[in-house]
Amino acid sequence: MTLKDLRPGQEGTVLSVAAVGPMKRRIMDMGITPGVGIKVIKVAPLGDPIEINVRGYELSLRKEEAQQIQIE
Amino acid sequence: MSITIALAGNPNCGKTTLFNELTGSKQHVGNWPGVTVDKKDGVYKKNREVTILDLPGIYSLSPYSAEEIVARDYLVKDKPDAVIDIVDGTSIERNLYLSLQIMETGIPMVIALNMMDEVETKGDKIDCQKLSETLGVPVVPVVARSGKGLKDLMDTAIETAQSHKKPEKLNLFDQDLQNAIAGIADVLGGNNEDESQWKAIKLIENDVVVEKAVDPAKLAAIKILVEKANKNARGDAEAKIADTRYQYISQLVKECVKKAHRGHVETKSDKLDKILTSRILALPIFAVVMYIMFACTFSENFLFIEGLPSPGVWLAGIVETMWGMIAEGVVGVIEGLGASEWAVGLVASCLDGIGAVAGFLPLVLVLFLLLSFLEDSGYMARVAFVMDRIFRHFGLSGRSFIPMLMGFGCSVPALMASRTLESDKDRKITMMITPFMSCGAKLPIYAMFAATLFAEGNQTMIVFSVYMLGIIVAVIGALILNKFAFKSDASSFIMELPQYRVPTIKSVLIHAWEKVKGFAVKAGTVIFASTVLIWFLSNFNFSGMCDMEESFLATIGNGIKWIFAPLGWADWRASVGVVTGWIAKENIVATFGQLFGNVSEEVVEAVMAGEEGLPAIGQVFDQVSAYSYMAFNLLCMPCFAAVGAIKREMGSWKWTLRAVGFQMVTAYVVALLINVIGHLIF
Repeated sequence: MTLKDLRPGQEGTVLSVAAVGPMKRRIMDMGITPGVGIKVIKVAPLGDPIEINVRGYELSLRKEEAQQIQIE
Repeated sequence: MSITIALAGNPNCGKTTLFNELTGSKQHVGNWPGVTVDKKDGVYKKNREVTILDLPGIYSLSPYSAEEIVARDYLVKDKPDAVIDIVDGTSIERNLYLSLQIMETGIPMVIALNMMDEVETKGDKIDCQKLSETLGVPVVPVVARSGKGLKDLMDTAIETAQSHKKPEKLNLFDQDLQNAIAGIADVLGGNNEDESQWKAIKLIENDVVVEKAVDPAKLAAIKILVEKANKNARGDAEAKIADTRYQYISQLVKECVKKAHRGHVETKSDKLDKILTSRILALPIFAVVMYIMFACTFSENFLFIEGLPSPGVWLAGIVETMWGMIAEGVVGVIEGLGASEWAVGLVASCLDGIGAVAGFLPLVLVLFLLLSFLEDSGYMARVAFVMDRIFRHFGLSGRSFIPMLMGFGCSVPALMASRTLESDKDRKITMMITPFMSCGAKLPIYAMFAATLFAEGNQTMIVFSVYMLGIIVAVIGALILNKFAFKSDASSFIMELPQYRVPTIKSVLIHAWEKVKGFAVKAGTVIFASTVLIWFLSNFNFSGMCDMEESFLATIGNGIKWIFAPLGWADWRASVGVVTGWIAKENIVATFGQLFGNVSEEVVEAVMAGEEGLPAIGQVFDQVSAYSYMAFNLLCMPCFAAVGAIKREMGSWKWTLRAVGFQMVTAYVVALLINVIGHLIF
């Protein structure tokens, strides 16, 4: 399952980040590393991007980026 | 002894507020070379020996954005005497991630634990003593907004700088990684251990910028060590490094922070956000906010009241009237003194040049008061969040909407608003296409052609279609620039949505003032010099002062008119119009009024308003070539004031010339297509 599959209000734990290169670096720099808990807050009015809460702050990312993040 | 202290920290951590509190109004704002990133420095209010440099807000020292590259280059190469790392106490985990990386550079460092008031309101407690002992770095709790703890912070920072006390080495990484780091640092050599260790970590992190700077002879040996590190870390040492840092921080936070509530607690800001970005209300609210911003800056019928000027227009009117009176007075005096005609003309044109700069200042001021408010409050990040879906297709950020919308009023403040975009690439592309939005000064040109050459029923449609043309060309231009000019830049949308906060009046005022001053000083010289130059060219020839018909400009017009033959208007007067349009686009109408039959000023005004035509231009233009001419002037180099704004924001002549070159080529190609295709059809 990936972060993209979570609905607003649902929570999950990060297993791995599948992205490569600068995007992977960015995702991890922002605190999305294996083992961290993530909660999906909402989806933008036009359906994309999404807003999540991670490590106590709010982060937005596109669905294509969320798809690279494996969770359970 | 003079010392330099750099401020580093995440975006939205209160860094700018702290900087403003520490330096007061004694600030100097410029650009880092080659990128559209602010470089700010100032003198510490309470000790003039201390210079404070505000580094751009960053999340990491990875080479992901221009901001990060600029900040780390400064830390590693220029080495300030000390760094104050500002940590937002309300999102301490992510903030400390940057702190650990700054510690690796080996620069004497102090952590300013900011937003302690909000931490207390939440009921959380942070043990600064323990944090400081564990990290081996002084930690000072502060509230930048109210100035609380700042004296203590600066005393600690100055002491740390003077004693050259480096942060302690934490040795977070496991043995495999430590061996790899030591091994690579060894290969790198050099006499600065901190620097080679820092570079070693970056090389394991696949940092392309650091890798490029490494001696190629050593690269092979380093690659082997990096490969080995990867093997030991189950294929991914880069991920392991980030993971190790965050694990260390999680543990540290567990020990030093007592949270009042477990898990995610809904704050006031979250509740507000539910409304502002809700599925139904987000877009209407966004539209209203944008409308208010545009109306406050540019509207002549403010609040829908006929003839009531908006604050921006009202102030601009006052400045213009006052400057007009001053200019008239000065000219009157020197005329009275018996100065020759050319001297009077020169003085008048210089005064016009200054007036041209001054007239834009109120617009910049009003727009930036509003923009700083949106930025500081946290709404700007939501603009990107809401609009991203639409703008990503053009390779732009949702925030590009603001400069582009403002472009319909005036390109000058619009171009300066590009600074609110997140990435250097987006800022540059947005600046290149914003002048394609048809500004208020271009309307009189369309009005003139429409009233002269097109049937009454079609006039509105013609004018409207020129506006649409600008938007379409901007979109295509953005796509082309993204594909060919900036293709190497990675783009993603991983962005923090900061908590909503009430902006401090001081920050909003300082920011708006900076913009006004920056435009007046940096753009002012460009505008002034070019206005005087065009005045000279249009009033002189080799035998002295003359009418425009015999001036250098007319000669130039005759010399270059062949260039425009493929566009359908190989006429010297049309060419001269393009040039005078660069002073201000509406000048084209006055120029045509003079060159096509020398009509009176009243007629020129009526033509500008579209109430009357200028039949003589029919000698040169038919409907198709008129449209080609309108398109060319819409898209070609904007007025000098806008070029000055581009120069101010790009921070380099190279990029300014690229932008102008792009606009010129675009204008030529589009006008050519219109002329060729138009004449095939009509």
